[in-house]
Amino acid sequence: MNEVSISEDTIKTIVEKYHGEKSALISILQDVQKEYAFLPKDALSLLSEEMEVPLSRVYEVSTFYNSFSLVPRGRHVIEVCAGTACHVKGGPKLRSRLEAELNIECGETTEDRMFTLEEVRCLGCCSLAPVVKIDSDIYAYLEEDKIPGSLENYRKERRQSGEN
Amino acid sequence: MARINNLQDLNKRREQGIASLFPLKTKVMVGEATCGLATGAGLVHNALAEEIEKQKLDIILSKTGCIGMCYREPLVDVIESNRPRLTYSRLAPKNVPAFLNQILEGNHKSRKPYCRIDEDIFIGNGETRRYFSGALPDDLGKISLMSEIDFYEKQVRIATRNCGYIDPDNIDEYIARGGYFSLHKALSTMQPEEIIEEIIKAGLRGRGGGGFPTGYKWQSCRRAHGEVKYVICNGDEGDPGAYMDRSVMEGDPHGVIEGMIIGAYAIGAHEGYIYVRDEYPFAVSALSLAISQARECGLLGENILDSGFSFDIQIGKGAGAFVCGESTALMASLEGRAGEPRAKYVHTVEHGLKDRPTNLNNVETWANVPVIVGRGSEWFSEIGIENNAGTKVFSLVGNIRNVGLIEVPMGITLREIIYDIGGGIPKGKQFKAVQTGGPSGGCIPKEMLDLPVSFDELSKAGSMMGSGGMIVMDETSCMVDVARYFLRFLESESCGKCVPCREGVYRMRQILDDICAGRGKEGDVQLLESMSEAIIDGSLCALGGSAPNPVLSTIKSFRDEYDAHIRDKKCPAGVCKELA
Repeated sequence: MNEVSISEDTIKTIVEKYHGEKSALISILQDVQKEYAFLPKDALSLLSEEMEVPLSRVYEVSTFYNSFSLVPRGRHVIEVCAGTACHVKGGPKLRSRLEAELNIECGETTEDRMFTLEEVRCLGCCSLAPVVKIDSDIYAYLEEDKIPGSLENYRKERRQSGEN
Repeated sequence: MARINNLQDLNKRREQGIASLFPLKTKVMVGEATCGLATGAGLVHNALAEEIEKQKLDIILSKTGCIGMCYREPLVDVIESNRPRLTYSRLAPKNVPAFLNQILEGNHKSRKPYCRIDEDIFIGNGETRRYFSGALPDDLGKISLMSEIDFYEKQVRIATRNCGYIDPDNIDEYIARGGYFSLHKALSTMQPEEIIEEIIKAGLRGRGGGGFPTGYKWQSCRRAHGEVKYVICNGDEGDPGAYMDRSVMEGDPHGVIEGMIIGAYAIGAHEGYIYVRDEYPFAVSALSLAISQARECGLLGENILDSGFSFDIQIGKGAGAFVCGESTALMASLEGRAGEPRAKYVHTVEHGLKDRPTNLNNVETWANVPVIVGRGSEWFSEIGIENNAGTKVFSLVGNIRNVGLIEVPMGITLREIIYDIGGGIPKGKQFKAVQTGGPSGGCIPKEMLDLPVSFDELSKAGSMMGSGGMIVMDETSCMVDVARYFLRFLESESCGKCVPCREGVYRMRQILDDICAGRGKEGDVQLLESMSEAIIDGSLCALGGSAPNPVLSTIKSFRDEYDAHIRDKKCPAGVCKELA
């Protein structure tokens, strides 16, 4: 499942964009993740060779930061805000409801690869708590009971676009 | 964009900016910071654009940052020639056609303005400019002045001076409100040491939470040995519940940039970095655009303002790690490594980024600098209280009526913030505590509401200023659960380098889990206290060193809740499910 074909040229282009600077490793990994929606193993090996940085260090950085994922993620990434204001205003309830609706734990991806559920450390819209971000859309003042409908909208969109 | 070389060029741009801020034609401005966009400001903007196009209206459509009234988003301002500026709140896309019609007809049939602004005070240079001359139009007499509504009456906006007033993408509007004049003043009339002296005299202290005197930090970095030095802006704003830096980066990016150029000149640095957390994409785009504009105008790059001084800024993006808000971890991250802090017996002002002298300040601190240089240390130090000069921006959130961003003079009391500005607790509930200082801070109970807010007083109360999150909690919050929430946060954000933090916080969280699940034992509280002491003493960086604060402060003020969980197996707030 985790196999994707890595284009050597793509990786090289990304590395060249930063002139192979070792200090740009984080930005380079961000670009690679943008390309493949996660960090494929082969891409990391290739990066290590191209940048002449030990694979162990590439791995260290990829696993240290929360925004990197070593496993493929779903088509839609749902981020539940775990900021203090959201916690106080019912964020944990949203999280449980999402876990129940999607039948996965936070940090996992649904079997059909539609959704990945993650917790995020404060999105900085504390005034709109509790919030959930799906892809780049922020849902403000979200109520638990609105969750099934919102998820259904994404599923419907998918069915309408007729993709497999 | 033409290069700005001298005062004359700057004044020319100022004129253009004024024409844009006080247009002769009708201008509609949408508040489009992240918070505005999340409540639909983008859709409102599109609906306005569509309708203006459809009806071929001669109306300027613009955008602005966050003015702070998050409880009224999305906000739309209307500026008409020789009329007060009117602020409309909670506009929905479907109401746009009727809204535009009422502007054209000059009435308030479909929607009443929430408030009005008669004159715009440029805090950067003290200039006041009225939106209209003569008497107030009759139909507007009943609309409150923004400066007189409870939410704004006690505010003094220095760091957030331009947020909600200018279009962050328009450098001329920034210049019009006094921007880059301070830089000109600094480069053309002041020696670096003089600037440092001004910052010291102003009494500016680091707004990121530590409260270290900014001027002395600059001085140490200036005096440090080394040809190459760096200045860094910490835009990692990791404290959950705080978003003022995001608002400033999004709403007034040039304010941060100007502050950094002045700082770099004072310190003797020619390279700067702004480190922005990954969760703030709009801040990155606003800053990137502002940096490229500043370069085009010769305000960044070689020979700034024809002074001979050169300086440039790069943006470094975080990747989701709370610990990177710590200065040495941030520098490690900028070097492309895992963000692990190091011991600071060697100061970063001597050995920082790439082992070179480095001066790091946070967004809000940098944003204060141009105003201090422009208006002088004396003016600045008169705001606030002794040893705590100036203002602080807070995000007033949680269970409070008027949620939003506020900037208040230091020394104001928590009661004034929560009841006068915030409007108190909604739904007839009782105030229980206000959490300040993020995960390093603590919970302040109602007995301490008359505490004046300052670096020193908040520390004395067992909390801290932190970056400015203020999360208000009512009787529905369980303080044991809140303490556990912060420990969970810190447990997963601990970098794992040193044992007291990595293992200690983990164990404390387990004990709190037990207490919340009804498995608490006599002696748990004492155990938590003694572990806290060990973690504070033994941790390498501030993350571990302050990690027990939320536990200690809740034990101190809400011991009865701990006892209820442990002895009576009850959660008074009804939050802990196992005890319900």
